[in-house]
Amino acid sequence: MKSEEPTFVNHARNAEEFLRDSEQARWHDRALWFVRQKRDTAAASVPEWEELRRAAEAIKAHTLEHLGYYLERFEERARDNGIEVLWAEDAAEFRRLVAEILERHGAARVVKSKSMLTEECGLNPHLEARGIEVTDTDLGERIVQLAGDRPSHIVLPAIHLRKEQVAEIFSSHLHTDPANADPTYLTRAAREHLRRKFLEADAAVTGVNFALAEEGAFVVCTNEGNADLGTALPDLHIACMGLEKLIPSARDLGIFTRLLARSATGQAITTYTSHFRRPKPGGRLYLILVDNGRSTLLQSSRRELLSCIRCGACMNTCPVYRRSGGHSYGTVVPGPVGSALAGSRNPQRYASLPFACSLCASCDLVCPVRIDLHRHLLDERPQTIRVPEYRGKVRGLKAAAFLLRHPRLYRQTMTALRRLLPRLPRSLIYNRFNLWGQEREMPSPAPRSFRELYRARQESDDDR
Amino acid sequence: MRPTVALFVPCYVDDFYPQAALATLEILEAQGFRVEYPQPQRCCGQPFINNGLLDEGRTFAEAFADLFENYDYVVAPSSSCIGTAKYRYEGLLEPERHRKLAPKLYELCEFLHDVVGLERLRLEHPFPHRVGLHNSCHALRELELARPSELMIPHFSKIEAVLSRVEGIEIIHPERDECCGFGGTFSVQESAVSAAMGRDRIADHRRQGVEMMAGVDLSCLMHMEGLARRDGTPMRFVHVAQILAGHVDFE
Repeated sequence: MKSEEPTFVNHARNAEEFLRDSEQARWHDRALWFVRQKRDTAAASVPEWEELRRAAEAIKAHTLEHLGYYLERFEERARDNGIEVLWAEDAAEFRRLVAEILERHGAARVVKSKSMLTEECGLNPHLEARGIEVTDTDLGERIVQLAGDRPSHIVLPAIHLRKEQVAEIFSSHLHTDPANADPTYLTRAAREHLRRKFLEADAAVTGVNFALAEEGAFVVCTNEGNADLGTALPDLHIACMGLEKLIPSARDLGIFTRLLARSATGQAITTYTSHFRRPKPGGRLYLILVDNGRSTLLQSSRRELLSCIRCGACMNTCPVYRRSGGHSYGTVVPGPVGSALAGSRNPQRYASLPFACSLCASCDLVCPVRIDLHRHLLDERPQTIRVPEYRGKVRGLKAAAFLLRHPRLYRQTMTALRRLLPRLPRSLIYNRFNLWGQEREMPSPAPRSFRELYRARQESDDDR
Repeated sequence: MRPTVALFVPCYVDDFYPQAALATLEILEAQGFRVEYPQPQRCCGQPFINNGLLDEGRTFAEAFADLFENYDYVVAPSSSCIGTAKYRYEGLLEPERHRKLAPKLYELCEFLHDVVGLERLRLEHPFPHRVGLHNSCHALRELELARPSELMIPHFSKIEAVLSRVEGIEIIHPERDECCGFGGTFSVQESAVSAAMGRDRIADHRRQGVEMMAGVDLSCLMHMEGLARRDGTPMRFVHVAQILAGHVDFE
């Protein structure tokens, strides 16, 4: 599955697969709904919550409108602070830049805190192929890395794994007791293992949550302190950010930090909110600004998607995501925002994702920057419905449209159907062509339609 | 002169749930309105618009506007179809035409709450029963008929406000206000997820001791009713209008 990616990601089929393990699926749904509820409680504790969301939306929209200005400002200020700023046009250039820096400094062991950008750009396999050891230091990411797996959630990367599975993974890599799935025991084992990695590291790679244009500084948020531990020991730090991480200044930061952790996990603030402004004495600090399709997105009707602060709230609330798992999307960023972003990358391959949505719009309302996610997914559909995989669906819909456009024909058909349905043997109604009937019974046709009842009513009125 | 209300009956309601349409007609008449049922009525076009078949969607939008745009009010026992005409015809109809049409469109409870007003509302049929209220997504998050749990705004519910005027009714809320998984063609394209979502809604209501679910969208109820019948789960499904008009039979 990993090396040979299918040309068409069939979300419905992947979801069906996920739901087959009903116990695990139920657990997944409940665990993420619990996070959603924690988000509700945390958001409710802020009287001006909806105002904060509107402010964040406006700041992001403003920054994106003037992104060129803010990028130049940021670069200038960051350079003044002694940060070495580099630009990468795409994933390949980004990978090459990181590898070059590491090789130039003779760094063979890297500790990396969470960065969806490095996932997006496939950094780990590129470095590993060059003999550089990369250790993901976020606990969830480390679990997934050891398992040779992929994150299924951007904030909770290992949410698809049960603690018993983690015990198994750890026992084969960290030599823990395979029968002991106690989370405290496993976390201690991971901590000991990671401490060694931190001590041995030659370089730290981190992501960036917010870049402050006016100050030429950036902020990294973690709950485990792994970004701090990673950057504290080695002299070399490479920070990686997408162009969209920019906000005008530190004055705006509070709005986002108040929204981020509450939206993500229901915490008031992430345990660590670390500010980086200049390299440490004797050290080097590189910052790579990555485009990789973002400037195209900026010029499109999907610009708003660049406002995303990667809190994961849309995933936690999405009734489809909770019941299909992150891997069912076949993308680095899954769930509602991932589905909306995927269309800009490869509309053919990801054509099923805009349809992996019942248009319930819950995601729009939890989004801390108020992205109209369900609207974006709806707007994708006129393009994605055209893929060959949906030819049958389109034919069916067009036939239905024809019928519904011709009221007389439609009424005759429905009247016949209403009379026929109750008399047909079950096997003729419920077969593989009846997609509705796979999971449910058909509605019972009424003896008389409303239009018939209405006509009878009018006639009896006339008689009176 | 009494204002005229046009009744819009969604296509599947006409054939499968005529009693809900009839109940809607009676409630509107009981409030003193002259109600017309202009014909021929077609589908609102939602299945096509939501699947990106905009050319097809446009023909339904235009037919809808042709039929209804000269009325004072258009009322339907469906938040989903009304939401489609109100918000998704944008870009399909001439902007001016859509701008004039949209404010005339009401879901039934919304109409009773906003236009008739609770104090003038005439409901004459007691309903001494326990009812689980299913808040459909289009009612909650599109027409904004109630506070969805995502938003940190004061609690309100136009549906509950109207329904609680019924003498003797006991309204029960499920733990989650999430989507039932119908979603139009989503129900067949994402059949497994759709069914899991619907079964979870039914189980939630059953945990609250509910044996009858009511809602303003029969499409959600049709989906859940189909699941309950397949599974042999005892649960009745009624449209809110049937309760308001005293049209729920008990054997």
